[in-house]
Amino acid sequence: MRAPISDLPIRFENVTVAAGAVTLLDGISLTLNPGRPTILIGPNGSGKSTLLRTAMGLVRPSQGLVTWGGREDVPPTRRAIVLQRPAMLRRSASGNIRYALRASDVARTEQQSRIDELLALVGLGQLADRPARRLSGGEQQRLALARALARDPAILFLDEPTASLDPAATKAIEDIVHAVSQRGIKIVMATHDLGEARRLAGDIVMLHRGRVVETGPAASFFSTPQTGEAKTFLAGELLV
Amino acid sequence: MFTRRLLMAIAVSAVFAGSAFAQDKSILVASTTSTQDSGLFGHLLPMFKDKTGIDVKVVAQGTGQAIDTGRRGDADVLFVHAKAAEEKFLSEGFGVKRYPVMYNDFVLVGPKSDPAGIKGSKDIVAAFKTLKDKGIDFISRGDKSGTHQAELNLWKVAGIDIATDKGPWYKEIGQGMGAALNTAAASNAYVLTDRATWLSFKNKGELVIEVEGDKRLFNQYGVMLVNPAKHPNVKQEFGQQFIDWLVSSEGQKAIADFKINGEQLFYPNASDPGA
Amino acid sequence: MPGDVSALQLVLTGDPALLAIVRLSLIVSLSAVVLAALIGIPFGAALALIQFPGRQAVIVVLNALMGLPPVVVGLAVFLALSRAGPLGSWGLLFTPKAMVIAQTVLVAPIIAALTRQTIEDLWLEYRDELNAMNVGPVGRVATLIWDARFSLVTALLAGFGRAAAEVGAIIIVGGNIDGFTRTMTTAIALETSKGDLPLAVGLGMVLIVIVIAVNALAWTARRAGERMAG
Repeated sequence: MRAPISDLPIRFENVTVAAGAVTLLDGISLTLNPGRPTILIGPNGSGKSTLLRTAMGLVRPSQGLVTWGGREDVPPTRRAIVLQRPAMLRRSASGNIRYALRASDVARTEQQSRIDELLALVGLGQLADRPARRLSGGEQQRLALARALARDPAILFLDEPTASLDPAATKAIEDIVHAVSQRGIKIVMATHDLGEARRLAGDIVMLHRGRVVETGPAASFFSTPQTGEAKTFLAGELLV
Repeated sequence: MFTRRLLMAIAVSAVFAGSAFAQDKSILVASTTSTQDSGLFGHLLPMFKDKTGIDVKVVAQGTGQAIDTGRRGDADVLFVHAKAAEEKFLSEGFGVKRYPVMYNDFVLVGPKSDPAGIKGSKDIVAAFKTLKDKGIDFISRGDKSGTHQAELNLWKVAGIDIATDKGPWYKEIGQGMGAALNTAAASNAYVLTDRATWLSFKNKGELVIEVEGDKRLFNQYGVMLVNPAKHPNVKQEFGQQFIDWLVSSEGQKAIADFKINGEQLFYPNASDPGA
Repeated sequence: MPGDVSALQLVLTGDPALLAIVRLSLIVSLSAVVLAALIGIPFGAALALIQFPGRQAVIVVLNALMGLPPVVVGLAVFLALSRAGPLGSWGLLFTPKAMVIAQTVLVAPIIAALTRQTIEDLWLEYRDELNAMNVGPVGRVATLIWDARFSLVTALLAGFGRAAAEVGAIIIVGGNIDGFTRTMTTAIALETSKGDLPLAVGLGMVLIVIVIAVNALAWTARRAGERMAG
């Protein structure tokens, strides 16, 4: 069942996230709007994962406010995430998807057809009965993607889903992301691969040391970066 | 699913276990290791069951523990051998009446080499004095059992206060007759044992009988119903039936008939009022 | 040793008295493990998932209780079930049920402590995914127990091993009554006290064979299950 009001836009108002003495996000204000994919870029440790997990609702801000469609504390019924290292439930591939369907209260009679459809979408139709933890890294990423989509989200967060995958597996994931975006699902994805960012981005959010250094449409970001950090990063130099 | 089937099987077995626990016409008798381990109960109980249909469950403990079991009301009948403790139990109102049933005797066993030099003596008190004077290894039950109390009594008769006079030679193990015999066999020590347990004991090793036949070694058994006035759960009717049978001529004959290797172990004497 | 042969022979030839002892041993210990699992698994899972003041102390105590001396448990259950004790009216002392209770007390902390560890480890792995799927507290516990089921089998086996091997508790609360509360271990204790060491050793070997057989069965089930579910 769809909630009557959308979770979008997601608005960060001066959000700080700290873990002990370490500040992961430092006073971020940001709005994620419906539309084409938003890609988070920035060096390792810049806060991409924390921003995704905060937007998903897995992490609570230490200070500041996050709102979904103007409301606070909205349970993640219309949001889904593929974590950087997705945990595979100790079940078969189809069992993992069935679990997500059940958690979203999908009727039992519809579950099997949805499972077949989702496994076919990510190209795992042949491996439905294989224990999920015996799948390869790329297969696990695709299964995690299918499992996230099983929740029929309006927004899908992806945390470096192609890191450490070979080019063929990367293309498979990117194709699915592209197709999902075409269906009107908002994609928010972190990557440190600039090529991937160029291929998928509608908007870019660049992070550095837990702060947003630059945001904007992908085309202008790549052609005319405004900040020194963005220029350095795009030039392929180390940003410290 | 394998595990589910396994768990199911376990659960089912647990449920069926309930039926295995069902009990009907039975009494619980707290008794001593000597009557149990010698096989006397294995000989008597089937006869009693044939006649009355009553199942007798025996918990074999030291006499001290058996009397405590009766005191708590956890047994219906006591069948033990420590007259003084039994009479105390009665006087406190925990028992109804004490019936003498039978006696057997204690023997002093020790290593074949007989380092104390007491073999063949008929004077147990002199033998005890020798053990103490020479400091010869001796195993004591040390568990307040009837045998232990008989042993303590013999030390007293010998004029020895064992609590203060004991040396490293005197080893209290705090266990049953069998454990005491195992310990003696393993360490070539002397030990006081009832004849019944001795005859049926299978791990004698180098142990032989050193002293026997002294009247002071006689070991009287009595039987008592636990007082239903103190413990209403006591199965008075069945318990009394068991007692009546033990002291009847039929029960007394059955006791006399019990033999190991042709040797009679227990001597019925229910008709002796002083016993 | 002729004794071993005779004890094994008694089993192989289906000696009814010995089979009854073996059967009672299995019934008592398996029943105790089932009851202890019904108590210990939910308790261990709750302890893994719920944060509360003093939780660390509870975990330390629980881990320590894994080493409860059977004779102490036996004594405590004896005092509780004795006619003179608080539960005396149940009339359970010197029955197999009393033995099940004592072994349950002995085994439940083992199962609870091992469950707590297993579930906590799995929770660390699953936490973000389950939160992302908006799974509530009851669903979380059920998921973690189900997905940890093969590891939990190991906890049950540890409990069974403890129950099947102990003599201190059941000899006190069961009384080692011939044909009624005599188990493998109390029979071994009895034969040892009667000086029939070869028969005691033979019975011990039978016990070891049974424990190995139960473990092998559970291990096979676990492997088969893991192949199916990962």
